[in-house]
Amino acid sequence: MPTTLYQKIVNTHVVEDLGEDLLLYIDRHLIHEVTTPQAFSGLNEKGRKVRRPDLTFGTMDHSISTKSLALDACGPQNELQLNTLAVNCAQHGIELYPVGHKNQGIVHVIGPQQGLIQPGMTVVCGDSHTATHGAFGALAFGIGTSQVEHVLATQTLKQSRAKSMLVNVNGKLPLGVTAKDIILAIIGKIGHAGATGHVIEYAGDAITALSMEERMTVCNMSIEAGAKAGLIAPDQKTIDYIKGREYAPSDAHWDQAVAYWKSLYSDDDAQFDTIVDLAAQDIEPQVTWGTNPGQVVGINQHVPLPSSFQDSVSKDSANKALAYMGLEAGQAITNISVSHVFIGSCTNSRIEDLRAAAKVAALGEVLEGVTAIVVPGSVQVKQQAEDEKLDVIFKKSGFEWRLPGCSMCLGMNDDILQPGERCASTSNRNFEGRQGRGARTHLVSPEMAAAAAITGKFTDVRKMGEQV
Amino acid sequence: MTGINIVSGTVAPLDQANIDTDQIIPKQFLTGVTRTGYGINLFHDWRYSDGNKNTPNPDFPLNKPQYNGAKILLTRENFGCGSSREHAPWALADFGFDCIIATSFADIFYGNSINNQLLVVTLPNNELDQLFEKVNSDSKVLVTVNLTSQTVECEELSFSFDISSHHKTNLLKGLDAIGQTLELDEQIKSFEDKRLSWL
Repeated sequence: MPTTLYQKIVNTHVVEDLGEDLLLYIDRHLIHEVTTPQAFSGLNEKGRKVRRPDLTFGTMDHSISTKSLALDACGPQNELQLNTLAVNCAQHGIELYPVGHKNQGIVHVIGPQQGLIQPGMTVVCGDSHTATHGAFGALAFGIGTSQVEHVLATQTLKQSRAKSMLVNVNGKLPLGVTAKDIILAIIGKIGHAGATGHVIEYAGDAITALSMEERMTVCNMSIEAGAKAGLIAPDQKTIDYIKGREYAPSDAHWDQAVAYWKSLYSDDDAQFDTIVDLAAQDIEPQVTWGTNPGQVVGINQHVPLPSSFQDSVSKDSANKALAYMGLEAGQAITNISVSHVFIGSCTNSRIEDLRAAAKVAALGEVLEGVTAIVVPGSVQVKQQAEDEKLDVIFKKSGFEWRLPGCSMCLGMNDDILQPGERCASTSNRNFEGRQGRGARTHLVSPEMAAAAAITGKFTDVRKMGEQV
Repeated sequence: MTGINIVSGTVAPLDQANIDTDQIIPKQFLTGVTRTGYGINLFHDWRYSDGNKNTPNPDFPLNKPQYNGAKILLTRENFGCGSSREHAPWALADFGFDCIIATSFADIFYGNSINNQLLVVTLPNNELDQLFEKVNSDSKVLVTVNLTSQTVECEELSFSFDISSHHKTNLLKGLDAIGQTLELDEQIKSFEDKRLSWL
């Protein structure tokens, strides 16, 4: 029977068929400080052990400062949470990349970076952006803390079968249009809850043309369409990316692993519950105007009129979003000024993102009155960027160059905005208050964020040569 | 954990779609290391003006005296979308809600709620409209949610809802999910013996 990639991965991980649910084995469990303390205390209260510390990897990312390596830099509560992770990992024999470690970074940056994520795996983490790892053809999804505890104790998880959605993006992406614009355009098309209950598989020649880092950007935001996970079938790029990394299969197993990975794709006549098609050449650089990632338009468009939406829920959401965002219906996106720019997050903080942003940053200087920060995704990304002198370009242009972490994506540290401040952000959520109470977030690509820093407003990055 | 079967009480209406977990419990309250104490910060940015707990926003439904002590939250589509933070159901339960009735829920939030014995009920919008109308015209009206019979009742209204049988069983019995899985230890071991050699 023809099967989808999702079904193939599920079928090879069934420990027990429980009827409505399947008990699935988990190959990788990534953990961080925010969603694990209660899971470990639950284990400890019942005297339970971590079943497979060797399949569990921890990092510090959410609650840390991007200005100091001190764990108490953001207050005693953050320090307690970080120390709790360190104690729990030490007690249970789990490898941890704490602040200051050469492998530390955002959990969804360091997993692939260390070669921990491989095709056909099941990967979980107490973080909704775990979908990132689907770029490798792994079934990766975010879980709650009770489930973190379940995985720690049993290395398994009960899961119901998800529906499947195929998103085909075909054609050639125009110059200056990025993976971020692809995923924002997809979410704009299917809506903020358009993929609820589904696992999305991204396919088409515009997807296969993407680098591994770009594929991670696409899969990262699957949750922003409500999807459980996002997947891209592995190919030679996937194999080349993994080769030589610390946790890649050893030489003795390499050929066997590669042969297996090459069998991981959806069969030609596999059935999907939903199919969505996008033409790559029609995608413009995207800018969100509202308070959920589905409220997005192209840079050369206007803030939509709430009356233009068909259903009352979308109308109502648009009205509320415009009030919160301080925007007027019909306003040109290119007329929206920003006070802040954030380049970073698990969506867009990898080396290719920083290279792309630096290229634009090199065209000018951050406009007076705009605060712009660059937060690399990991210590290794930071080092690589510094080796390539990208930090010099950013600093010369007026950007702040920070230490790795989640930073202003959610502001669990002191990287937060004040009410009314407006940010061009390469992160993944533009929810009310996400970057600070009353703060206004617009999601864009790294190139578009850098362009906004220099011009002080949203600017089509493809016209940057003309403007500066 | 004890099970949950019948929730009967007054209702707080929050007639808005797409309420994300950042609204339910903002990030600055995620630095805790326990499962308790989040209720005071539930819907923090909407509930308090100027980010100060001394200045409750009088327009926010949960601040209206008539909804004090409500056990059921009535809301709309895609409730609990966004971040996977389990602090969201912890905060709702800690505040005093035993049941959320909505048009639909985001997947992770739904699972997290079941794991915390928070009864999550989906009803179509036309039925929710009728419940909202009841609550808006009489804040003291009682709603009874019966998990065994899968019904929501309010005066003359009676609606039935769907829930998968395993979720229902887990809620009714308050089962220790980890304990149940640990009983399958042999199956897990035998799966581990057959895993691909490089994993």
